[in-house]
Amino acid sequence: MSNGKGMPLSNKIYMALGFFFLYAPIVSLVIYSFNESRLVTVWGGFSLKWYQALFNDSALLASASLSFKIAFLSATLAVVLGTIAGLVLARFGRFRGLSLFAGMTTAPMVMPEVIVGLSMLLLFVALQSALGCGEESAGLLARIGCWAFGERGMVTIWIGHTTLCMAYVSVLVQSRLKEIDQSLEDAAMDLGCPPFKMFFVITVPVISQALVAGWMLSFTLSLDDYVLTAFLSGPGSTTMPQWIFSSIRLGLTPEINALATIVIAMVTVFVVVSNRLMLSAQAKRDKAMQMAVAGKAG
Amino acid sequence: MMAKLRARFLPKGRTMVIGIPYLWLLFFFMLPFFFVLKISFAQPDIAQPPYQPLVKHEDNKLTVQLDTTKYKTLSDEIDGFIEKPWAQAKEESQYVVAYWNALKLAFFTTLFTLLIGYPIAYNIARADEASRNTLLMLVMIPFWTSFLLRVYAWIGILKDNGVLNNILMAMGVIHEPVQMLYTPFSVLLGMVYNYLPFMILPLYAHLVKLDGRLFEAAADLGAKPWTIFFSITLPLSKAGMIAGSMMVFIPAVGEYVIPALLGGGEVVFIGNKLMDDFGANLDWPQASAVAVIMLLLLLAPIVWFHRFEMKQREAEQ
Repeated sequence: MSNGKGMPLSNKIYMALGFFFLYAPIVSLVIYSFNESRLVTVWGGFSLKWYQALFNDSALLASASLSFKIAFLSATLAVVLGTIAGLVLARFGRFRGLSLFAGMTTAPMVMPEVIVGLSMLLLFVALQSALGCGEESAGLLARIGCWAFGERGMVTIWIGHTTLCMAYVSVLVQSRLKEIDQSLEDAAMDLGCPPFKMFFVITVPVISQALVAGWMLSFTLSLDDYVLTAFLSGPGSTTMPQWIFSSIRLGLTPEINALATIVIAMVTVFVVVSNRLMLSAQAKRDKAMQMAVAGKAG
Repeated sequence: MMAKLRARFLPKGRTMVIGIPYLWLLFFFMLPFFFVLKISFAQPDIAQPPYQPLVKHEDNKLTVQLDTTKYKTLSDEIDGFIEKPWAQAKEESQYVVAYWNALKLAFFTTLFTLLIGYPIAYNIARADEASRNTLLMLVMIPFWTSFLLRVYAWIGILKDNGVLNNILMAMGVIHEPVQMLYTPFSVLLGMVYNYLPFMILPLYAHLVKLDGRLFEAAADLGAKPWTIFFSITLPLSKAGMIAGSMMVFIPAVGEYVIPALLGGGEVVFIGNKLMDDFGANLDWPQASAVAVIMLLLLLAPIVWFHRFEMKQREAEQ
């Protein structure tokens, strides 16, 4: 609904204030990460020592490596499951249980995480006792089950994060599928392409943008999650958000500012670059589509 | 031709394709709620897991024991709240106060994110295409940055010798530090800050779809900008406002991290009570009962929101 004209001055001022509100805390985090003083809010000169401290903190490095592993696994599985869910919601029309399915795919996005976390934990605890984990005479199936769910840790966190993230992926995929022209898929079907092949040859390339965006969003959501992980992690599995949370509880330390600065720098570069790539890819595809349509018309 | 082909190829695979995400969600998302309901009727125990089984098998007899004490704790608190003087009731009825804090601050968070976010979403939607993308990206970057770190940033700003107090003192507005951290104000500020993108994005998605010709027509017919806004833009963006408000309100009621870090024990949400019962007190049945009541409180808005979204979806197709 662009009006083609620039914004009036009053709106520009409002936007500037809005972005000031969004960015002021982040800027202050970055500034104090270079502070010599241990007191987070007193300026004691420029220093990089907190960055050095960060890379020598083995507890943090271990938790970061676990977090990255879980985020990678969760994002990947969430894209697979979320894409199927989005495809079902966008293309499969009505079926019995559709309303429940639609509800279940979007509910994890709004449902308070304390409830989701507690309920999943109780499921895993019930599974452990149902499988008889910790007992001697377990069958093969039970042994596999116990290997996965036997104790809280990486697998249980992975399942929790995947369930949360697939909701976001399914929304992205669903809205992308509704935007694109269905005639390509129809044409493929008319020419006798089997549905599974059509999905991978036609649909996936067309929605690849949404898949990449969904994967990245899932990765950051998982990397960032504190509450679900608090329920689903065991004694041996501390993730980065848990390390951050307990460090904050212990008092402010400039080390967290240094960590935040690294995260912010990575995110900014990532978002800007991927945005550029997506825009140029979209422009190219739109042009190709136009040419195809024009060719058909001629 | 198409319909025939679809009918021939789809059905077999169709059920399977639906089945994969369906079963995952039924098993890992839906089924667990029944365990919460079940454990909320169990008795706590010093064991692994820390509750007694509901169904016991003794002397060839099955006995089912439902323990309702956890709910009684909650309902007693409500009674106490009515009978006792305010100060005493507030001290003793911690769960009721925590529910109330969560609902109240979630409501104000929704209100303020709507008031602050609407003009931002509106301006982005009305900007030309090139700057629209940049502006959206600027809204998204803080959102992609770690949530915990964004909350942490506010501690440094709001604390007694923090950035804001230092600036205000240097300007001579105040002469000694004002306590801002660990107050309802700091919790509300942190919530509005963190939930703002959740409001802006759905609002933007609806506002950007509005047909610019409507505004031109109204303006050509002599409508004033404010009239156009209140009689065209606002009613047509109702769906976006509802979606954004629900995306903010429902999770905000269950918020844990923000009151834990910015409320410092002074502003306790029901999510904090739940985490305390789960972690420090190891009283899982109590945590479950708290979750069941929270879910009941949120059920109406969740179901209503779901119906609303389904209707929207049908209208689009």
